[in-house]
Amino acid sequence: MEYLLQQIINGLTLGAIYGLIAIGYTMVYGIIGMINFAHGDVFMIGAFISIITFALLWMGGVTSIPLAIVLVLFTTMLFTAVYGWTVERIAYRPLRGSFRLAPLISAIGMSIFLQNYVQLLQGARIKPLPPLISGGIVLMEGDGFAVQINYTQMIIIAVTVALMTAFTLLITRTPLGRAQRACEQDRGMAALLGVDVDRTISLTFVMGAALAAVAGLMFALYYGVVDFFIGFLAGLKAFTAAVLGGIGSLPGAMLGGILIGLIEALWSGYFSVEYKDVAAFAVLVLVLVFRPTGLLGRPEIEKV
Amino acid sequence: MTVVPLLSVQHLTMRFGGLVAIDDLSFDAADREITAIIGPNGAGKTTVFNCLTGFYQPTVGRLTLTHGGGTFLLERLEGHRIAKEARVARTFQNIRLFPRMTALENLVVAQHNRLMRASGYTVLGLLGHPGYRRAEREAVELARHWLERTGLADRADRDAGSLPYGAQRRLEIARAMCTRPALLCLDEPAAGLNPRESAELNDLLLAVREEERIGILLIEHDMSVVMGISDHIVVLDYGKRIADGSPRTVRNDPTVIRAYLGEEDDEELPPEVLVDLRGVPPGC
Repeated sequence: MEYLLQQIINGLTLGAIYGLIAIGYTMVYGIIGMINFAHGDVFMIGAFISIITFALLWMGGVTSIPLAIVLVLFTTMLFTAVYGWTVERIAYRPLRGSFRLAPLISAIGMSIFLQNYVQLLQGARIKPLPPLISGGIVLMEGDGFAVQINYTQMIIIAVTVALMTAFTLLITRTPLGRAQRACEQDRGMAALLGVDVDRTISLTFVMGAALAAVAGLMFALYYGVVDFFIGFLAGLKAFTAAVLGGIGSLPGAMLGGILIGLIEALWSGYFSVEYKDVAAFAVLVLVLVFRPTGLLGRPEIEKV
Repeated sequence: MTVVPLLSVQHLTMRFGGLVAIDDLSFDAADREITAIIGPNGAGKTTVFNCLTGFYQPTVGRLTLTHGGGTFLLERLEGHRIAKEARVARTFQNIRLFPRMTALENLVVAQHNRLMRASGYTVLGLLGHPGYRRAEREAVELARHWLERTGLADRADRDAGSLPYGAQRRLEIARAMCTRPALLCLDEPAAGLNPRESAELNDLLLAVREEERIGILLIEHDMSVVMGISDHIVVLDYGKRIADGSPRTVRNDPTVIRAYLGEEDDEELPPEVLVDLRGVPPGC
């Protein structure tokens, strides 16, 4: 029982990170109907920017850890958002109106480019981040096993819940969110109502990248190491989460992220750590076979 | 000095490869008037609308819109600026609502630019700034006003896609009006409506012209609508203008009768002769 609870806590933490990345996939798919394969690498860039910012802050003499984390959070979101915007501007926008596969191929190219770019600039070796936050709260004790939620996990879950709330408000209550939903349904018509479609799409990429940046920071805090290749697996898992939840659906992305995190944690806890990725991707296969629209997705009607 | 027309179309030509959809078309549409564009199927009426609203880039021609906000060359504006700055609104022959938004939301999206400014480009909106809340209340009020005018007040919260056909048509007009247009372009608003609905549409359009003091450009096949409410009619055939004038002159114009209204005056002619008459080039 205690062991199960511990795995659920670990799974939720992991799921929060996947959920934040998955939102970027699902929003971009919703608005322009393409899978942004470079999104995982934008997450990786976010992780790197956060480590670099931590290093700069220490050199600049910032010793307060809470202050450092807040500063890093905002800096990382800002710079990663610029990456997200640039990727859309140079790799996808020129191909809009081209055949459907073109931006997809461009996205794969962008992904390879970003990986190599970081590898060249930062080296191929892993970059460590010393543990910043230690300790935690013991929730339950019994049979010589203590259920613990550490402070890093609490921060990850709290920040994720706060961001997802803000994000849901943005989509449902602000003109930008309404414009995004309008563009999702009919871009030409949205333009006729005065919505700047190109800008709305750019902002979608910016928002997705900013959320992925937060996931990158959380990843660095949680695991303590990053390298130029982390975006591949994390991106694929988050994509699986988006598909599981129903691609194009925001609550679906969040739900899918949490489910993938839980599946992974429970599988490593009870079966084998080596096969945790197999478990996550087996879910993808099963979903695609039995429920291609995902848990919360709606069937796509082919437009004429 | 002559009055500057609201819309002035000069030498508009649109070619798709070898096909000439519109051939050197010129006409004016005045402010506070209903200008109808009529013509047989394939005459190029909807293409004129597509050029006006930035869907097509005209091959040749100048489309000038003049109103209190300034003078705009529509052929040079990007799509969203035609709505935002030149204030042209449009409806479609095959309705294009946002089907998975409520009727009310459809009308609020149409007020995007005002709300975007009021929300400080989203930031203030997210924080619930009072200025933004007021702007949003006003937007909802305007939306409710138009829902009432189009008889949809009790369906404000239904998804637009689930409304009956006639209601969707009216909602599209309401949405176009929520952009606060200077020129309203309606593409076959009476298509698929029953006689009662189409009479209500006439009343609505006349009221809009009187109260909102805007120009309306109308494509329509339903002659009871066209002859009943138009101030001015432009007749197209094969992309060319074959007549231009008041409903009375157009109705009596022999070219128009041959090309288009032929059926009414030549009821005794067999159908195959009518087909031949339609093929006669204008001006013969």
